[in-house]
Parts: sequence; structure tokens; C-alpha cells
Amino acid sequence: MSTATVVRAKSRRSNSNTKTQTRAAWFMIAPAFVLFLLFMAAPIFYTLFISFQRTKVSGLFGGTRETIWVGFQNYVNSFDSEFLASVVRVLGYGCILVPVMLGLALTFALLLDSPRTRSKTFSRVAIFLPFAVPAVISSLLWGFLYLPSVSPFSYILNTFGIQSPNVLGPDVITFAIANIGIWGGTGFNMIVIYTSLKAIPSDIYEAARIDGCSERQIALRIKIPIVMPAIIMTFLFSMIATLQVFAEPMTLKPMTNTISSTWSPLMKIYRDAFQNSDIYSAAATSVIVAVGTLAISYFFLAVVQKRAFGQEER
Amino acid sequence: MSTLTSSRTSLRRPHREAPSILATMVLLIGALYCLFPILWVLIASSKSSDELFSSFTLQPSVHLWDNIVALSSYRDGLFWRWMGNTFIYAGVGALVSTWVSSIAGYGLAKFNFRGKTAIFNVILMGVLVPGVILAIPQYLLLAKVGLTNTMWAVLLPQFISPYNIYLARIYAAGSVPTDIIEAARIDGLREFSIFHRVAVPMMVPGMVTIFLFQFVAIWNNFMLPYIMLGSDKLFPLTVGLTSLLNQGAQAPALYTLVITGAMLSILPLAALFLLLQRYWRVDLASGAVKA
Repeated sequence: MSTATVVRAKSRRSNSNTKTQTRAAWFMIAPAFVLFLLFMAAPIFYTLFISFQRTKVSGLFGGTRETIWVGFQNYVNSFDSEFLASVVRVLGYGCILVPVMLGLALTFALLLDSPRTRSKTFSRVAIFLPFAVPAVISSLLWGFLYLPSVSPFSYILNTFGIQSPNVLGPDVITFAIANIGIWGGTGFNMIVIYTSLKAIPSDIYEAARIDGCSERQIALRIKIPIVMPAIIMTFLFSMIATLQVFAEPMTLKPMTNTISSTWSPLMKIYRDAFQNSDIYSAAATSVIVAVGTLAISYFFLAVVQKRAFGQEER
Repeated sequence: MSTLTSSRTSLRRPHREAPSILATMVLLIGALYCLFPILWVLIASSKSSDELFSSFTLQPSVHLWDNIVALSSYRDGLFWRWMGNTFIYAGVGALVSTWVSSIAGYGLAKFNFRGKTAIFNVILMGVLVPGVILAIPQYLLLAKVGLTNTMWAVLLPQFISPYNIYLARIYAAGSVPTDIIEAARIDGLREFSIFHRVAVPMMVPGMVTIFLFQFVAIWNNFMLPYIMLGSDKLFPLTVGLTSLLNQGAQAPALYTLVITGAMLSILPLAALFLLLQRYWRVDLASGAVKA
């Protein structure tokens, strides 16, 4: 056999190998891809599709129903006062929830990582435990704790003859719901930040300590800048989750009159689709919420990146 | 010079700052805040429905077993059905999702073929799509094939998780050496056997993490089963307890059942976490967010 044939045979073999490998790879991705098409891509396109439609009832007694194209009419109608009010409420809720939750998560993560604290394991497990409690259950627990007849805080206040504030009243309900989110979310974000703190090689701190840095200076000047990417991502995911708040107000709703059925944008979408049987408006509103969420995420990342690049240029 | 080196390497450095009481207090207050509602529900589930609204909140009582019996007999043990359903949804859903994500992540990480980047980018976009845009059309599409109000309606949409595929790809790329795959090929193993017999054992820590992420996500999910299911025999705990609370607004005696149910439904996941904590690699998530 000449060298040329060997080379050709080899290349033919590797060629057929690449082919089987490519086929195997496609088979491996296929389940995920098919599920993705059926349960993510198709629903998205279907929402877009019906958001431009509406049922038209004609005939004397509403005899014939037909689906007609209405262009952007559903979108225009979506911006009613109820929707705008729900967006304002949820933005207010997010402005309380996200900074407080991530502030606490960062503080606890730094304290866990600091050599100056004790009882770390207990605190870490205790603060993380609410992550194992579904939002519905935590809303139930806090909902009962907010009831004046059950709350230990009102009990204590009442024994001193002080009228306790109604936590489920209109003034503080946003804080009450935000507290549930803070309680449920701090632990997970703390663990994410804490894990990236653990990944920092400790000789950096050694060097800083030799240079006379205090633990607080190490935390502020070294640790926080290094884990900034983790903080940014937790911020982004928290914002996205905030705009979609649904389980907490839905669970608290039967306990108070303060929460309307359109308290959050998602509650309004749910009401439109399933209580008013108006899937077309619901579709348009969900597209608006989704586009709004993506726009805010994009804007946030753009601002953050600009800052990061600005630092690099200096 | 040698003293300096030894003091630098020794664990007790002379210039090390003393433990701070204030810092420890802050941590403990955080722990107390997080434990308080759980402590409350443990105490409250031991009270009869009269005591719930009359006795001091944190004063335990002796009716825990009565409450559990009452809850178990509520509509022929509907609560335990909800518990079982939740385990089916979360267990089966997370298992299938872990396999689908891992094999896709491995396929994307370890093979080079045309269209790979395009597919990965499309799936990655799915990470950013807010769930809100999916739930209602998923309901409408599943209604067209008659699958709403069945277990499939809750299971199928949660088999796919773009974020888990993303994690699996990162983990496969980092944990399965290409040389070993090549060696297995030379030994004559088929590509699927290589994945299941060679790659999976190396990917186990990552797969446990993906499993737990998805298990918790399904266990906590409220909106999807709430939309998809009409029959309360199919409800998971989250939807079941909300429906019980809704009825409790008219019949306060049900509140005791709701509280006992909430207490019982916290236990399995809390136990799972305390047990699997060691195997759970959050650094996969935080490492992923760095990339």
C-alpha cells in the first residue's frame, strides 16, 4: 500500500467518524431542542399571533363568532389605568425588594467570609433555609403573622396598650409583600455571592493584611469589586423575577381587601385570560410585560457594562 | 526573615483582628429573622383553632397530632395526595430535565458541527424570556391537544430549562476531558455509551446541582399548575393550600388545617437540602454567572 492510499483511507475514516459524531451530537441535542420548540418557541409565537386578534360577535343574539385581525388595538387597549397602576405598584415593590434583599445578601455573605464572625455554619444554614420554602407557603406564614389577632408583634404592642398598625392595610401592603420576597430570596443570593467570595485566592488578603488593611477595608476595597459580576447577575435575575410577582399577592389576597385582582401585571393578565376569557388582551399585555422586562434587563446590562468599560479605560 | 515567613504561614497571626461581637450579632439577627416564621409555624400547628386566635402566638400547645389527623381526614386525605403529586411533579420533572439538559449540554460542549453556535444562541435567548409570556399560550396549546387538567400539563413544560442546558454545557466542557472521550472511541464505544458510561460519572456533581435547581423550581412553581389544573385531585401542595386558604376566608376552622399543611410541606424540602447540601455546587451557578 502506498502512503497516498493510507492517507486517503485515514481521511475517509475520519471523515465518516465526523459524520457519525455530528449525527450523534444532533441526536443528543434533539430532545432539548424539540421540547424547546414545543414549549418555548411555539408559545411565544402563538402569543404574538393572537395578540393581534380579537373575537368578533355578530348576528342578532351573538350567533356567529369569528376571529378577526385588529392590528395593534389590543396593545393600545392594554395601557389602561388598571395596568399602569399595577406597573407602578410593582416598580415600587421592586425598588424596596431588590436593594434591601441584595444588600442583606451581600452583608451576610461578607460576614460569613470574614474571619471576625462566629457561629457561621448555623447562620448560613438558617439564612438559606427559606429558599426551601415555596413562595406560596412563605406568603401563608407571613400572611398569618401579619393578622393582628395572630401576630406576636401586635400582641406585644397591645399588652402595652398601643394600637398596632394594620400591616395588610393600603399604606404598608407593598412593604408587607416585599418582606416576603426579602425573606425568601436573601439566602439564595447570599450563597451565590458567598460562593464567589470563597473562590478568591486568599493570598490577596494576606498581602492586604501585611499592607495594614483592616478586615473592613479588605471587604470594601477587595472583596466587593471582585464579586461584582455575581452581584450584577443576582441583581438582574432579581429584577426579572420582581416584575413577574404573582404567587405572593395571589396567596395574600383572600386575607385582605387591599390586594385587588389586578395588583400586579401578571395578576391582571391572569384575570383577563381566565376570569374575563379575554385571551387576546391577556396575550397583548404579556407581550408588553415581556418586552418591558427585556428592555429593562438590556438597559441595566448596558449601563453596567459602560461603567465597567469606563473603568478599564482609566 | 525566617520569623516573618513562619508568621505569615502560621494560622494564628499576631496582627489578626479579634472576633467582632457586633458582626456576629448581625449574622445571628439575620438567622433569627429567617427562622422566625418557621418556628412560628411549628408552634402554631400544635394549636387548636380556638387557641390560634386567643393564646399568645409563641405559646405552644398539645394539639399537633389532632391537627395532623384532622388534615389527613380532610376529604379522604386530599392533602397527602397533594404531597404525592408534588413529589411526582418535582421528582419526575427534575429527573427528565436533568437528563435532557445534561445530554444536550454535553452534545453542545464536546462536538463540533455546523449550526451548533446558532442552536446554543437560540436556547440561550430562552434564559431571558420571562415566564409570563409562556404560561397562557402553553395552556391554550395544551388545551388544543386535550392535555390540560392532566399531570402532563404540569410535567411537560418543565422538562425544558434553557438555564440548565447552559449550566450543563459549562459543566461538561470543564469536567469531561476530550482525551478520555477519544480513548473511549478508540475502544469502540458508541457515542451514546460514551455519554452514559464515561461522561455521566464525571458530570455527577453538576447534574446533582441541576437536579436540585429544577426540583426546587418545580416544587415552588405556583402559576403553571394553577393555570393548568382544574381538578383538585391533581393539585400540587402550593395550589392545594391556596385553595384551602381561599375556603378558609369563609370557614376560619380551616385555618388550622392550612397552617398544619404549611408546616408539613416545609419539612421534605428542608430535609432534602440539609441532606444534599454537601453535594450541591452553587459555585456552578456563580461560576456560570462570571462567564
